Amino acid sequence: MSTITALTLAVGQEAEPRTFAPMTRTDYVKYQGASGDFHPLHHDEVYAQSVGFPSVFSVGMLQAGMLATYVTDWLGVEDIRRFKVRFVDQMWPGDELTCSAKIADITDEPGGGKRVTLELQALRQTGTAALLGTAEFVLPSVSAAV
Amino acid sequence: MSHAYEFPIDYSKIREFARAVKSEHGAHLGAKPVIPPTMLTSARLIWEDPERTITKLTGFDRSRILHGEEEYVFHGPLPRAGQTLTCETRITERFEKPGKRGGVMKFARLVTEFRDENGTLVAEQNSTIVETARPPKAEEEQA
Repeated sequence: MSTITALTLAVGQEAEPRTFAPMTRTDYVKYQGASGDFHPLHHDEVYAQSVGFPSVFSVGMLQAGMLATYVTDWLGVEDIRRFKVRFVDQMWPGDELTCSAKIADITDEPGGGKRVTLELQALRQTGTAALLGTAEFVLPSVSAAV
Repeated sequence: MSHAYEFPIDYSKIREFARAVKSEHGAHLGAKPVIPPTMLTSARLIWEDPERTITKLTGFDRSRILHGEEEYVFHGPLPRAGQTLTCETRITERFEKPGKRGGVMKFARLVTEFRDENGTLVAEQNSTIVETARPPKAEEEQA
């Protein structure tokens, strides 16, 4: 069931940005346990420093997952059809992720409904991008504003 | 040679993953939740043959591996708890570029295909993995 059946969307429309709480080593470990990615660069300070990093750093897929959380909170989980991210910069303990989304395109879907394409950004508190991405949703009964 | 593996989708694992990516969406709760979109990544990490890790598939140095890009494509509604998908991961492309500070950056593109119980392709994962030109320590020493 889609949560946005009655919504009218327009190209250029933006979602309310969201800033997540500062990320901790515990967040990394929770994600690593959940996902099965146990690369030591994200939890083993001794290993990370031995290969030249100042500390452990976040799992790229953790902030990618948070960006997916943000965008599916807006347009619903079940109707997402594509989610793509490019990893631009690392995130370090204490960093804050701010997500934003803007509608780039709305097209008719051959099977019915509209395909809504979004441009996504996830910025660090420094204002530089951690992730850039796109998402597509196929929404059965959305009308596009002219 | 086929390297197919099964990905049984478990509701408690969905709850754990949703919490880890800070989602409180109701679609991930209950006994028949759908997966958070990026949870497809867990199929290979948890269910693929441990002899076929990214490091082993690519041959890249583990201390220099970076994630370049990641894409998920769904051909219909998201997979849900109770389903068992059949997956296969393969390298589709390899290429190299000059590193910013000398040396060579190596790239590998991988695709994982997810099929349902009827053999229908339901989702795809495309990953670009990078081996940086030189470990950060070596760059520091050179600077």
